[in-house]
Amino acid sequence: MTARDTDWDGVRLHVVTGKGGTGKTTVAAALALALAHRGRKVLLVEVEGRQGIARLFDRPPLPYEERKIAIGPGEADDGRDPGGDVYALAIDPEGALFDYLHMFYGMRTAGVALSRLGMVDFATTIAPGLSDVLLTGKATEAARRRVRGSGGGGYVYDAVVLDAPPTGRIGRFLNVTTEVSGLAKVGPIRAHADTVANVIKSPQTAVHFVSTLEEMPVQETLDGIAELRAIPGMQVGGVVINMAQPAVLTAEELKAAPDLPAMSAALAAAGLHRTDELAAELADEIADQARHVELQDTERTELEAAGQPVYELPMIPEGIDLAALHRLAAELRAQGAA
Amino acid sequence: MTSPKLDMDRLIDDRRTRIIVCCGSGGVGKTTAAAAIGLRAAERGREVCVLTVDPARRLAQSMGLNSLDNTPRLVEGVHDETGGSLHAMMLDMKRTFDEIVEAHSDPARAAQILANPFYQSLSSSFAGTQEYMAMEKLGQLRRSDEWDLIVVDTPPSRSALDFLDAPDRLGRFLDGRLIRVLTAPVKAGRPFGRMLNAGFSMMTGALTRLLGAQVLRDAQTFVSAFDTMFGGFRERADATYRLLQAPGTAFLVVAAPEPDALREASYFVERLDEERMPLAGLILNRVHAVGSHWLSSARSLAAAETLEGMIQNESGSSAPAAGYSVTAAALRLHAERMSLGERERRVAGAFTSAYPAVPVVEVPALPVDVHDLEGLRQIGESLADR
Repeated sequence: MTARDTDWDGVRLHVVTGKGGTGKTTVAAALALALAHRGRKVLLVEVEGRQGIARLFDRPPLPYEERKIAIGPGEADDGRDPGGDVYALAIDPEGALFDYLHMFYGMRTAGVALSRLGMVDFATTIAPGLSDVLLTGKATEAARRRVRGSGGGGYVYDAVVLDAPPTGRIGRFLNVTTEVSGLAKVGPIRAHADTVANVIKSPQTAVHFVSTLEEMPVQETLDGIAELRAIPGMQVGGVVINMAQPAVLTAEELKAAPDLPAMSAALAAAGLHRTDELAAELADEIADQARHVELQDTERTELEAAGQPVYELPMIPEGIDLAALHRLAAELRAQGAA
Repeated sequence: MTSPKLDMDRLIDDRRTRIIVCCGSGGVGKTTAAAAIGLRAAERGREVCVLTVDPARRLAQSMGLNSLDNTPRLVEGVHDETGGSLHAMMLDMKRTFDEIVEAHSDPARAAQILANPFYQSLSSSFAGTQEYMAMEKLGQLRRSDEWDLIVVDTPPSRSALDFLDAPDRLGRFLDGRLIRVLTAPVKAGRPFGRMLNAGFSMMTGALTRLLGAQVLRDAQTFVSAFDTMFGGFRERADATYRLLQAPGTAFLVVAAPEPDALREASYFVERLDEERMPLAGLILNRVHAVGSHWLSSARSLAAAETLEGMIQNESGSSAPAAGYSVTAAALRLHAERMSLGERERRVAGAFTSAYPAVPVVEVPALPVDVHDLEGLRQIGESLADR
């Protein structure tokens, strides 16, 4: 396969949000894997202290340090596409604050002392926007970081994927300048917030929403999209439908009244017993599925009406492991998300 | 599964049960479970108040709650032949905090505190304020003794344990040494003169640089106005904590059959045990398992493959193949369902074998969200395993 356009060429920071329980972290991880091809280097970042990434990739808890956790899929057989690397980083406000103090003031020891006195808690309390600025600040810094050395090197990471807070909190989380403006009108943290906002509110950043085909997540997704659209410069990305029921039966098969004797005969031909009873039970399951598919279709139509690209990932009944993540990553690539 | 069955009706019919706390991680249907339990208890004769923290719009509407007004409202449409009643309220954490301030200081000082920017951010966004205020409200409702059963739904947080830890965190923060030390310069003289060593001034320097001098000044003004109330916050948190340990309180842990949710549930179960808080059981919510069926996923899949092989071989004659292909698809569908159910049972089994004494009730996943009392009533039936 040759290089091709994806829906998000030019995006360096992919923010992934979604209602709790929709599989936001899984989709963020699959997206990072999908982006890590052709030798690309991708950083997957989490900010909620849940260690969800480590669990997903079956690793010990991640420290505040960028570590390689997976290799992206190679595609060409002749070795031209060796696959890329996925790095991961778990950011917490405290680590990000020390990082900030160190980077801008060379104050590392102060950071340790601040932490001992509970000052970090204090700072993030009297300025609740502060921890969000520090968290998004770290993610945008990674997205903009360049290789040091001769000849103005390229970017260290080809893409950064941020497993962001849930949809209900995403607007506040990303709208950092407004958050700190009430608090610091001038000064370094304000300047920092402005730098962060310049990256987030640019075509370099896209915010993707993860939803399942259920009422509440869909409603939250639509609300979240509307909220972000109201923020000038913010780019709403794709809508990823997660855990969709695979279409085992065609629409006609779901609607048609099942021919029980024929089904019973087919079951007998397949070597099964108690076929009349089984045929009736299977017919019930089909009817159940038909209702379910109908509800899903209604929700899908609502999501599509938002006008963003929609991707659909199947339910993986066995649970998510590395193989499943690769499968989801391949789906995302095939559908043009990466 | 060998776990004992959770007997919900016995729990809610027992007049000694005065508080039921529904906890668990986000997205597992805690709020709905709390509302359903409240409704069922009311219709079985209890005078119930459901305290909810962040209900989905439609769930709130199903109970007739249209605004967040911090006052219990009577829910209409409850079957009250048994003499029970249902009230419901949504927590307004800022208002609850404001009320504490107003109750403990004179009007002029209260107004000064309420207008302070530091107070405003503390009362609306400090991680832990919501949990603290939920506990505070629970304590108030319990003390008023107007209801004989209070069902409370815990705030949506990353971890179920936050509900137990956050109130103390806010209490410690407000009563803490740090806030006094930091704001000491505003008071007369220099009581902490010797503490203002080089290291400390470097840190206040760092904070000032980070946040700006105004923020620190706001904090100092807040502390001096708030002075008389310090100390009380931790006591209040402690008092409510004791209420949770008292007989008459029952915890229900809500989890979906997902590894993350059940991991949270096990942390919580262990913590309750450490704190000697009474765990009534686990609500395993949103179970897709259709019940066990004699035709397993593997056999169903094998049969589907057999039929598909036959279809390929006789691709000339269409009549039998038509019935075959629907049947093969139905068998694949059945296999998917069984496989999902097997996974859920495996995941749940990991929990139930680790905590064999914890009573469990399973609630099937509903195709649509709850819109009305009838929906809540149905969930109540499942909760009671009827």
